Amino acid sequence: MNTPQPDNERTFIISVLTENKSGLLNAITIIFTRRKINIESINVSESEVVGVSRYTIVVKLTREKAEKLVKQIRKLIEVLGAFLYEEEDTHYQELALYKVPLEPFLNDSQNTIENLIRQHFARILMVEREYIIIEKTGRKSETQQLFEELKAFGVSEFVRSARISISKSKRRTERFLEELEELSARTSKKVEYQD
Amino acid sequence: MQTLQAKSDKETSVKQDPISGSEAVLRCLIEEGVETIFGYPGGAIMPIYDALYGYADKLTHILVRHEQGAIHAAQGYSRVTGRVGVCFATSGPGATNLITGIADAQIDSTPLVCVTGQVASPLLGTDAFQETDVIGISMPVTKWNYQITNVDEIPAVFAKAFFIAKSGRPGPVLIDITKDVQNAMMQFSYKKCEKIRSYAPYPKPTQQSLQDAAELINTAKKPYILVGHGILLSGAQKEIVEFAEKAHIPVASTLMGLSAFPTDHPLYVGYLGMHGNYGPNIKTNECDVLIAIGMRFDDRVTGNLKTYARQAKVIHIEIDPAEIDKNVKTAVAINSDAKEALHELTPLIKKQSHTEWLQEFRDCDKIEHDKVIQHALHPETGKLKMSEVVNVISEMTNGEAIVVTDVGQHQMATSRYYKFKVTDSNVTSGGLGTMGFALPASMGAKLGKPDRQVIAVIGDGGYQMTVQELGTIMQYNIGVKIVVLNNSFLGMVRQWQQLFHEKRYSFTEMTNPNFIKLAEAYSIPAEKVEQRENLKAAVQKMLDAKGPYFMEVIVETEENVFPMVPAGASVTDIRLE
Ligand SMILES: Cc1ncc(C[n+]2csc(CCOP(=O)(O)OP(=O)(O)O)c2C)c(N)n1
Ligand SMILES: [Mg+2]
Repeated sequence: MNTPQPDNERTFIISVLTENKSGLLNAITIIFTRRKINIESINVSESEVVGVSRYTIVVKLTREKAEKLVKQIRKLIEVLGAFLYEEEDTHYQELALYKVPLEPFLNDSQNTIENLIRQHFARILMVEREYIIIEKTGRKSETQQLFEELKAFGVSEFVRSARISISKSKRRTERFLEELEELSARTSKKVEYQD
Repeated sequence: MQTLQAKSDKETSVKQDPISGSEAVLRCLIEEGVETIFGYPGGAIMPIYDALYGYADKLTHILVRHEQGAIHAAQGYSRVTGRVGVCFATSGPGATNLITGIADAQIDSTPLVCVTGQVASPLLGTDAFQETDVIGISMPVTKWNYQITNVDEIPAVFAKAFFIAKSGRPGPVLIDITKDVQNAMMQFSYKKCEKIRSYAPYPKPTQQSLQDAAELINTAKKPYILVGHGILLSGAQKEIVEFAEKAHIPVASTLMGLSAFPTDHPLYVGYLGMHGNYGPNIKTNECDVLIAIGMRFDDRVTGNLKTYARQAKVIHIEIDPAEIDKNVKTAVAINSDAKEALHELTPLIKKQSHTEWLQEFRDCDKIEHDKVIQHALHPETGKLKMSEVVNVISEMTNGEAIVVTDVGQHQMATSRYYKFKVTDSNVTSGGLGTMGFALPASMGAKLGKPDRQVIAVIGDGGYQMTVQELGTIMQYNIGVKIVVLNNSFLGMVRQWQQLFHEKRYSFTEMTNPNFIKLAEAYSIPAEKVEQRENLKAAVQKMLDAKGPYFMEVIVETEENVFPMVPAGASVTDIRLE
């Protein structure tokens, strides 16, 4: 995990576990805004634990800056944990949707589009009267590549989701939450002094 | 969205008649031991004020003259009592007027609970009269905030708010309550919050870190301790003295740490930072082990980080993990409350003596005394100097007063020359440097510690930023002693203009009102001092006054505070003149 690398700017994934509370997205993003750090992508969804949200945030930063940022995120009261990953320490995907007119398909005697979809491991999500919707999951370069190739047929809408990622770490959220229960129970009152 | 509802087990009260949300708010405050509230009413908080009318025997409410006055008063109250300061404001402008103080409390780790009224929940987001997104505005400057839109949430939210404000690294919390909720009825029961699973306010110092720190300290030749606000916040005054004495280590203080360590202690070497003492600054770059306790290496302390304490191994005792390695790289970080860390660390420390090293500080004192202090404290001619006024006050109060300062030259002069002998006695706006802080903060300090002498030292500029609070002082007969050091300038800015902008005094000179008449308009006895020979008698009269008292001292207009580490310079580039 801690492969020594020169501290140049690179992609980091910040994974944040939080209580499900309204306003928290704002609280997290202003930490970036204040430091003028651009968020490359952000995704929020309920995690494997009921009531716990997982944020997946992609940033380009030096490790030092990223570590400081993560510490600031941890300070938010409803944040359960924030973890910093180098890109290669995660498995990740994005989802892209492409809206292409139906017309070229109908006159596609050589099945060029179909082959394209197959080559790219994409699929047709929907066929409507005027257009079809193609779906592809993959890394940004891959979804981008398909976009470039579909351009010839006229892409009227293209959308790519935020990155979602799963870490290679063995940590289990349930266990992590149990540890938090212990840590948070520690109060200054429990410290014994002979005052 | 999850609602925060009180669970019905282990509650403090049994079934009873329903009460309004407004009354519930007051009951929560009483449950938390609140006695004093600083506030200002308005439309969206009127139901709470209406309920307050019936609680006059249990809660003291101080009507300020501006919401900024309320929050600074709550800060002053908290800083001298260690309790959570509480203030009330209405929606919109009332709430936005709190923001400066909230930001101040956040950066200076002051526990507050601010309650703001809000438009009725159906009107949220409609640009209703006096609607402001207070949650959004206050988010970056609060430790936590919450908008209550369901009456049943009130007890649990208040319990959580007090717990968060007070625990760990303290800070301000804001609760916004819609007007419909204030009027709604509920069944009240209260349970204090003792734990939030996503929040671990008291990290345990690891054995490894304690041992590593002890080893560094035990082998150090020139160890040096920097104490900050964390000593006061954690109540580690006794522990820090024991620790420093056992290892015989010189102790310097940050601005916010003043009064944490007695100035007359033989190990105390002085005050750090831009206008700090000579030795404490330059020795930072000569020590071999730097032990920073409950302080956060603010740029006003470190100067240029690239040349700051590079030779030293740094031990940082700090409760907030985000402060560790933020500005200064540590050799050993002890992430915990200062009191707990010192309690654990002292037994691991060997008894030592560092007499020669301590003497090096004393040699620096001599240089500073000859070059700066002598002239600052004992001028024979010319107008009075801020430093000598502070020195006289310090001597005549035996260093035992609570001293509240505003922001500027007078603040630096006071921090340098007031010789604090009693702890929890320094109230100032450190991190934010908020002009206008001192007058209202001194009201809160006096109400928090009515038996102590409370002296506010303020510049003629900052005084006029919250001078309306003279009305509050008059109405409640708050016995603060107000000292305005009048140089007819925004002195600190003028000093920078003189030193770094070729004396181009761009908008720093002020034509001031008759401050004596102004005080008298509020029935506050007042005296103006212009002559050196009148100073002591005037100070004595002020100290003897039973109620509030105002003293204006006409001081040198173009005096500079020295020593000075210019912004961005190295601590070793400290200028003595
Ligand atoms: C609210 C606010 N505005 C501006 C400043 C910038 N500032 C810092 S010190 C200072 C001058 C203060 O003048 P005065 O209150 O007369 O005190 P003096 O320095 O003369 O003792 C100013 C304008 C500030 N700290 N706070
Ligand atoms: Mg002035």
